[in-house]
Amino acid sequence: MPVKVMIPTPLRPYASKQSSVAFEARTVREALGSLTVQFSELRKHLYTDEGKLRSFVNVYVNDDDIRYLQHEDTQIKDGDTISIIPSIAGG
Amino acid sequence: MVAAKTMPGPKLSNEEILRYSRHLIMPEVGMDGQLKLKQARVLLIGAGGLGAPLGLYLAAAGVGRLGLVDFDVVDFTNLQRQVTFGTSDVGRPKLAAARERLSSLNPGIEIVPHEARLTSANALELFRDYDIIADGTDNFPTRYLVNDACVLLGKPNVYGSIFRFEGQATIFGAPDGPCYRCLYPEPPPPGLVPSCADGGVLGVLPGIVGSIQALETLKLILGSGDLLVGRLLLFDALGMRFRELKLRKNPDCPLCGEHRTITSLIDYDEFCGIRGADSAVPGPAVPEITPRELKARLDRSDDVFILDVREPHEYQICNLNGYLLPLGDLPRRAHELDSSREIVAHCRSGKRSAEAVEFLRKAGFRKIWNLKGGILAWSEEVDPSVPKY
Repeated sequence: MPVKVMIPTPLRPYASKQSSVAFEARTVREALGSLTVQFSELRKHLYTDEGKLRSFVNVYVNDDDIRYLQHEDTQIKDGDTISIIPSIAGG
Repeated sequence: MVAAKTMPGPKLSNEEILRYSRHLIMPEVGMDGQLKLKQARVLLIGAGGLGAPLGLYLAAAGVGRLGLVDFDVVDFTNLQRQVTFGTSDVGRPKLAAARERLSSLNPGIEIVPHEARLTSANALELFRDYDIIADGTDNFPTRYLVNDACVLLGKPNVYGSIFRFEGQATIFGAPDGPCYRCLYPEPPPPGLVPSCADGGVLGVLPGIVGSIQALETLKLILGSGDLLVGRLLLFDALGMRFRELKLRKNPDCPLCGEHRTITSLIDYDEFCGIRGADSAVPGPAVPEITPRELKARLDRSDDVFILDVREPHEYQICNLNGYLLPLGDLPRRAHELDSSREIVAHCRSGKRSAEAVEFLRKAGFRKIWNLKGGILAWSEEVDPSVPKY
């Protein structure tokens, strides 16, 4: 399934400055896996050394937080959008 | 509502009726609503980019008491977005300038300046006298502090934050609504998400996000409309798109969940991984050279290779004739550098170049130094004709 992964501004420097990338994936895990293979620098910003998603990074499938779906095992449908939403604090 | 009309209470003067006429003729505000605004007490945390529209619109709308918390001084770099201030305010305390501006906009309201850094020691006492807190700060420790104090006191926290050309807004701490910790249980490690000072911010962006905060504050007071509770509004200024994400109350939230472990304010600098009182994030400890030492070496015509790890658009502002290789490109372009030569890396302030030096040392470079304080220090100590930015 082609799925679009939206990359937030603070993480774009680690993703060749792209705002979104499309991947073939069936789950969130597969999509983020492809993302961090293509942009290896992103990996340490998204995952802890133990391979867990960092807690200041939220991942949404469309408008839903995957923490309230099936986490990284959340299934993806054709045309879904995965958004990575890190915390920002500027004022 | 009907009872409120017959109760003796504050009334609007004829001047106020004229001033708030455009509110009064709308049934959604009306006399009842305007009196609610007059009795409302709102505390603004931060008198910066978000605080500017918040302060101006809430004062204009007739919010009876506006508290302002800040301890900063107006500087030239603020003026591009902090529209409360004028050029003649540069060097003045922000609160003195803001108070003057807001009082001139609306002399009929009370402006209460709290010239202090918000801390775990003063937050609860400060918040107690207010109904609503609007968070327009610029750092993670204060964001968590504001959130925790609001939840502990049961006060809504009208939240907005910005980065470059993206904004987020929501209301935390509403009854049965989520809090900041439900959304982000932990802050990012220091240095990962740059501040406006390091990452830049489009001048109009805080105007839009702060205005959304002001609007939600008014709606909270008036008790009307659909509040931004349980929804995270995302604004992308470049794409000119608003998006909305569902925001749920986390049943496991340590602050507002079913089994609470946080019942009082904590040390937020420590929580955010920042040591000491200075919120500046220390870069990696790497060999350094001061601007004066570098100048002396260049004057002696020593063979020193200057590596500029800033971005191309920064190079255009000013440069030291260095070799431009942005920090983000370093991993795949390090082969362009000659490790047998002496290299001095620099950026704007010395933070990014410290990372570059650390990276290159791990890659085997031995004769490499970080220019202490970056191009800012070079301008300060060696060549004032180089502009600071």
